[in-house]
Amino acid sequence: MNNTYFEILRAGINTTIQDVGRNNLYHIGITASGAMDQRNYQFVNNILHNSINDAAIEFAYQGPLLKLNNGNINFAITGDVFFNIIRKDSKIEEGECYQSYTLYDGEQIDIISTKKTVYGYLSVSGGFDIPQVWGSYSVNTKAEVGPNNGRKFNVKDKILIKEKVLKNIKFKKIDYESNLDNIVRVIKGTNFDYFSSKAQGIFLNEMYSVSRLADRMGMRLDGPSLENINKTNIKSEGLVKGVIQVPADGKPIILLSDHGTIGGYPKIAVVISADLDKVAQLIPGKNIQFKEVNLEEAEKIFKKHNEETNRYLNESN
Amino acid sequence: MIKNISNLGDAAIYCDFGPEVNEAINSNVINYFNCLSELVKTKSISGIDNLTPSYNKLIISFDLRITNFSKLKKIIENLDVKKNIKENNQKIDIPVCTDDGYGLDFERLSEKLNLPKEEILELYFGKEYFCYMTGFIAGMPFLGNIDKKIRCNRLETPRVKVPEGSVGITEQFANIYTFESPGGWNIIGKTPKKIFKKTDLKNPVLIKPGDKVNFYQISKEEFLKFNE
Repeated sequence: MNNTYFEILRAGINTTIQDVGRNNLYHIGITASGAMDQRNYQFVNNILHNSINDAAIEFAYQGPLLKLNNGNINFAITGDVFFNIIRKDSKIEEGECYQSYTLYDGEQIDIISTKKTVYGYLSVSGGFDIPQVWGSYSVNTKAEVGPNNGRKFNVKDKILIKEKVLKNIKFKKIDYESNLDNIVRVIKGTNFDYFSSKAQGIFLNEMYSVSRLADRMGMRLDGPSLENINKTNIKSEGLVKGVIQVPADGKPIILLSDHGTIGGYPKIAVVISADLDKVAQLIPGKNIQFKEVNLEEAEKIFKKHNEETNRYLNESN
Repeated sequence: MIKNISNLGDAAIYCDFGPEVNEAINSNVINYFNCLSELVKTKSISGIDNLTPSYNKLIISFDLRITNFSKLKKIIENLDVKKNIKENNQKIDIPVCTDDGYGLDFERLSEKLNLPKEEILELYFGKEYFCYMTGFIAGMPFLGNIDKKIRCNRLETPRVKVPEGSVGITEQFANIYTFESPGGWNIIGKTPKKIFKKTDLKNPVLIKPGDKVNFYQISKEEFLKFNE
């Protein structure tokens, strides 16, 4: 095999291919998926001058150990990640996020772990040689949709890389630190009035924490139970990322990238678009303080958030 | 007509077509869905990511970088659904084997409904169904309406694994498990027909919202020999 590829020596906990997500298929039950932290996903491609929608490797907590074969490449990692580069002479070089590195044939990347967050991203200059499925590279392991047969990577898998020769271009560096505050802004959901006024007050004023039941589909929260004074089931209807559902046990669930397309639990609130990346990065045990904003405020906050993203993307150095 | 349009968060529109679940209201949802899908396909509207029709709601999610709630709300309010409608709904026949081993819940159903298996089958196969929505798991159709005499609640304890192709009933609806998944519906049989084809990238889903479905009974022999 003459292709350049990463050989997976250790797969990590949940290592998948992701991108911006898969659209226009909710009506047949196929959800968007896509990178849990869209900003860090965009940054990793941006640093390498890739297309902003190129495939990236997403990992959670412990990442993969990758060995490069048949070529020399440039790569970058984004997020809050502790990783080493193992050079040919076995010399270990500590890596830094948000900048590019050259990796030579036979060298390894050891993504040891994320630090205070859950997800990190790795990409290579020129992108991975991976087919799109229904217009997207994103993998949904629950529905087994996407490239790699919709599965997460396993040890011994190979990830093909498009370019094998180093290009003589200067890659960029982004000076970025993820926002790690625990205030999650929400808009009232379509069933907010299903909950007692006491429950509404509890939801917006008391602290919740991320439970261990958190994955790419959603995040169950620990904290005070919310009393439903109407009904605990609604007629199944469409869902979106960020919806906070409250099933009969009264504990909120925040829906994330691989959420089901329809569901029948009341929606108490929806996380605003600008705070979705932040929520996805909260590790189990972290506290969450919800704060209500109205639609107009949410749109303003998003506009600012988006301008900030673009400022980083357009920066040249 | 849409009874009420509101926002679901800052990047989705929540169209409420009224509280009831019936074919007339659902057809209305599907007409809006078909009309908007066409406008998305022809790039006459920009920024829409997904359209999710259900019994009596249509959720439209959009890219907040491109559009916003008030812009899209105006478009939806002024939509000439009749003018834009495209009749693309089909009639589909689905073979079902209800023999032991495929129909898993006849004992429970007979007891709850106080009807023998033969009568349940007669009522089930005796009518045409309408696809209200597709989802929950990829390609799963929600078909109504089941005869009033055979409506039954879901299982008290859901199965951890329902086999692919299983045909289930609950309350006024029937569905088909498009792949093995957990589930709590009463299973009356199994179809050998592929309802969701993951490898068919153009047309993965057989039954779409608005389609009409006729079930017909086949023997175990026919089931095993079935070839699409």
